[in-house]
Amino acid sequence: MSVKQKILVIGNGMVGHKFLEAMTTHSDADKFEIATFCEEPRAAYDRVHLTDYFSGHSAEDLSLVEPDFFAQHNIRILLNDKAVSIDRKAKTVTSENGETLSYDKLVLATGSYPFVPPIPGHKRDNCFVYRTIEDMEAIRASAQGSSVGVVIGGGLLGLEAAKALKDLGLTTHVVEFAPRLMAVQVDDGGGAMLRQKIEDLGVQVHTGKNTQNIEDGDQHFHKMTFADGDIIETDVLLFSAGIRPQDTLAREFGLELGERGGIVVNDHCQTSDPDIYAIGECALSGGRIYGLVAPGYRMAQVTADHISNTGDNTFTGADMSTKLKLMGVDVASIGDAHGNTPDAKVYTYVDGSTEVYKKIVVNSDNNRLLGAVLVGDATDYGNLLQIVLNDIPLPEFPDALILPQRDGSGITGLGVEALPDGAQICSCNDVSKGDLCQFISDGATTLGDLKACSKAGTSCGGCNVLVGQVLNAELEKMGLEVNTDLCEHFPYTRQDLYNLVRVEKIKSFFDLIEKHGSGRGCDICKPTVASILASCWNDYVLEPEHAGLQDTNDRYLGNMQKNGTYSIVPRIPGGEITPEKLIVLGEVAKKYKLYSKITGGQRIDLFGARLEQLPEIWRLLIDAGFETGHAYGKALRTVKSCVGTSWCRYGQDDSVALALEVENRYKGLRSPHKLKSAVSGCTRECAEAQSKDFGIIATENGWNLYVGGNGGMRPRHADLFATDLDKETLIKYIDRFLMFYVRTADRLQRTSTWMDNMEGGLDYLREVVIEDSLGICEQLEAEMVEVIGSYQCEWKTTIEDEEKLRMFQPFINSEKGDSNVVFVEERGQIRPATSDEKRQGIKVVSL
Amino acid sequence: MTDTQWIQICQLEALPIDAGTAALLDEGKPTEEQIALFRITSTTQGESTIFAVSNFDPFSEANVISRGILCSIGDELAVASPIGKQHFCLNSGTCFEDEDVALKTYPSKIADGQVYVQSSELIQE
Repeated sequence: MSVKQKILVIGNGMVGHKFLEAMTTHSDADKFEIATFCEEPRAAYDRVHLTDYFSGHSAEDLSLVEPDFFAQHNIRILLNDKAVSIDRKAKTVTSENGETLSYDKLVLATGSYPFVPPIPGHKRDNCFVYRTIEDMEAIRASAQGSSVGVVIGGGLLGLEAAKALKDLGLTTHVVEFAPRLMAVQVDDGGGAMLRQKIEDLGVQVHTGKNTQNIEDGDQHFHKMTFADGDIIETDVLLFSAGIRPQDTLAREFGLELGERGGIVVNDHCQTSDPDIYAIGECALSGGRIYGLVAPGYRMAQVTADHISNTGDNTFTGADMSTKLKLMGVDVASIGDAHGNTPDAKVYTYVDGSTEVYKKIVVNSDNNRLLGAVLVGDATDYGNLLQIVLNDIPLPEFPDALILPQRDGSGITGLGVEALPDGAQICSCNDVSKGDLCQFISDGATTLGDLKACSKAGTSCGGCNVLVGQVLNAELEKMGLEVNTDLCEHFPYTRQDLYNLVRVEKIKSFFDLIEKHGSGRGCDICKPTVASILASCWNDYVLEPEHAGLQDTNDRYLGNMQKNGTYSIVPRIPGGEITPEKLIVLGEVAKKYKLYSKITGGQRIDLFGARLEQLPEIWRLLIDAGFETGHAYGKALRTVKSCVGTSWCRYGQDDSVALALEVENRYKGLRSPHKLKSAVSGCTRECAEAQSKDFGIIATENGWNLYVGGNGGMRPRHADLFATDLDKETLIKYIDRFLMFYVRTADRLQRTSTWMDNMEGGLDYLREVVIEDSLGICEQLEAEMVEVIGSYQCEWKTTIEDEEKLRMFQPFINSEKGDSNVVFVEERGQIRPATSDEKRQGIKVVSL
Repeated sequence: MTDTQWIQICQLEALPIDAGTAALLDEGKPTEEQIALFRITSTTQGESTIFAVSNFDPFSEANVISRGILCSIGDELAVASPIGKQHFCLNSGTCFEDEDVALKTYPSKIADGQVYVQSSELIQE
C-alpha cells in the first residue's frame, strides 16, 4: 500500500469545512490522511445565519457538519486548538496545546477577524464583536438587564447585528461613519430608502457619525461622544466596522502578503509556498479579499481539485453581487452599483408609498447592463444578475427592466430563455441553467423534484423564482404541456375546484360535476371533491349524497386492512389517557379478539374488526367517552406531546395542555392529505415536533412554530416559521396556515411537498400568514372557525342512525359474515391467515 | 331461460345510488358466492340499472369489490378496488390495468321494484 498524502487544514469554518467535504467526495479520497485544527470549541457552523441564534435556532441547528462526518471519513479534528507555528522546511504545524502535525499539503482557512476601530474605551466591558457563537452567548448575557444597544457600523453585518439586538428586546441604534447605510453596496438613494424602512421598524439610524470616545455613562453603562458633539448612552456596544483577513500565521512564517493584508494566492489558491494554500476570507486573489461565502466555497473546490489532480479548475475572481433580507427589508446590489464605469448611465425608479427603490446602471451605448441596486423589492435580482453576468443585450428601453408591469403583460422583455446554458442560477450550490435543463429532461418536472435533485435553491433560496422560471420555460419548450387537470372528469386543478365550491357554494358532487365536469367521476375526483366539500362545509361524510364519494376508509370510518377487515383508532388527544379508558380499550380488544398495537402517534390501534362489528365496538367506545380518531381520513390525526412542565424537570411550558387544546381545536378538519402535529415542552424536543406538518416547541419566551415537517418515506425537517409567540398568536397563525394549505395544496400533497413546491418558499408563506400580504387572513380564520363550530364525532352520529347502520351489514340479503376472513394466532394475538394457510386448512382462531 | 333461474336479492330502494353493495348468491348451496351489486342511476331520468360482479378481488384475494368507488372511464363504467385501486369494467368484468384478469359477471334485472341476479347453479347446469 502506498503512503497516504497528509493534508492539514488550519481552520474549520464554513470554507475550511467545505474543503473537507470536497476532499471526501473525491474518488481517491482514501489516498489522503486529513486533519484539521479548529480554534473554536465546536466544528463548522453557519456564520451567515448567526443572527438566527437569537430567534430560536440552537448551535446544533446552525451546525454544518453531517452527523459522524469526522469519524466516517477518518478526519482528525483538534477542537479548541489554535495553530501557532509553521515549520515550512520540516513541513510541520505546531499548536497552542503542543501538538505537532506534519503535512504534505497545508491549507490555511483561517478566515477573518472583526475590525475594531481604536476609539478610546473600545476595550471596556460590555463591548462586543459579532462573529462566533461565543460572541452571541456573551451578547445575550450582557443584554439581560440592559435596555439600550448600539451597533457601530451600518454595513451588511452591522444591520444583521442590529436585528439581533432588537430580537433581544433592546432599544437599538445603528451608528455609521459614512453618510449612508451599506455604503459599499448601495447608493445614496437606496441608502435613504433603506434607512427609512429600518427606522420604520424601530431602529434608530445615525449616519455621518465619527465616534471619538467611549466612557462611563450617566443613565447607562457607556457614554459615546461623537465628533460633532452629540452623545448617545447605551448598555451594550457592538462593533461591526468591517473585517480583516486573519493572516497572522502567514505573516510570521514568511508567506507573501498584500499591502493591506491578505495571503496572496494564484489561480489554484496556492500561496508563495506551493505546498501551502489559502482559501476564503484570509486569501487575497487578484488583489481582492472575497468576504462572501460563495467565492470561498469556490476556492475550497479549486484547492481540493488541485491537490487531488482533478481537472483544471481555477479561481479567477467572483461576482460580489448580493441579495439579502435585513430585518425583513429586501436589499440587493449587483455589479457596478455606483455607476463608476466611465460614461455609465443610470435609470432610477422610486415608489414612495410602498418604499421601493430600484436603480440600474447601463453602459454608454445603452445596450448592456453594468449594475443595479434594489431596496424594498428584490424580486428582479435573479433576472438582472443573469443579464449582467451573461452580457445579454438590453431591450430598446432598458428602464422596462425596473418599471412595474401594470398592464399584466408579465415578462419584462428578457426572460430566462435569453440565458446561455452556462449561466449560474444557484451560486450557493453552483448549479447552471444547463444543469437544471438536464435534470428537467431527465424527469424532474416539478419544482420540488428539481430542487431536490439539483440542490438549486436549497441554501439561501435567493434563486427560487429563477429556478421556477427555468422549469416552466423548459417544460414549455419540450412541448410538455403539463396537464394539471384533476382527472378526465374535471378540466380543473384541485385548487380550481376548491375555489368553485367555495365561491358558488356548491354542496354536492352531483352539482359540481353537472356544472363543471363530465361523466360520473372516479376514484380520483370523488374522494378529492368529498374532501373539498368537507373542508368547506363539514357535512357528515356519510350523508347519502356524500357516502359513495368516500374512499373505503372514510366510507366505513375505519382503516381497511389487506383481508378486508378494519382497524380502529379512537382519539387519545395529546396521548394522554386515564387507566379507566385504557382498561376499556383492553376489554374491547379482548372481547372482539382484536390485534392491538401502539401507534407512532401515541394512540392505540385495534386490528381485525369485521365490517359488521364496527358499530358494536364503537358503541362501547363512545359509551366510555371515546371519540373517533379520524385515522381513516385525510384529516387531522394526532397531536403528540411530551409531559411538559407538569412532570419534566426541563419543561419550559405545559405541552400536554397545549397539545390537547390544539388537537381538540382541529379534530375533524379534512384536508388535501393527513395532518400530524406535536408539542414539545422544551428544545430537547421529545415529542419530535420538527417532523410534523406543524410542530410547536416551548421556549423561555413563548412558543416556536415549525411547519412543513415530515417523517415517513421522504423525511423533511420542519421550517422554523415564527418564534416566541403567545398562545393566541400561535393559534391564529396555525388557523391561517392550515386553511391556506387546504386552499392551495394539490390532492394528496403533504405540507412538506407543498412547501418544497411553493414559489417564494418560507418567506412567501410568512408574508401570507403573518403579514397578510394577500389580504385573506380574516377569511381564512373565519373559515376555520366554521369548521371548528361544525365538528361532530362521525361515529356517534353513525351509531345513532339505524339507516346508516345497515351499511355495515356484510350482505344485503343475509345475516352471515364473510367466510373468507380467517385469522391464525401469532405471539398471542390474531393475524390474517395467508392464502397458503387458508388452502392448507391450518388451525384458525375461532372468533 | 325460465323465471326460476333468477334469484331475488332485495328491493331496489334498499341499494344506495351510484355505489356498491355486497350480496350472497345461492346462500347455503355449494355454489354460494359473494357478489357486488352496483346501482347506477341515469343522470337525466333517474332510472336505475343494476350491475352484478364477483365481490372477490383477484389481486388482494379479499371480498371487497362492493366497497370500491364507482368510476366512469371514457364511456365504460368501472369499479376501483379499494385495496389495490385496479379498475374493473362493470359490463365485462375485465381489469383495465391487466387484461388477463377479470371479475366474474352475472346477469341481473329489476322487476316490480325488486333486484334479481341469475344463479350460477343454473347457468352451470
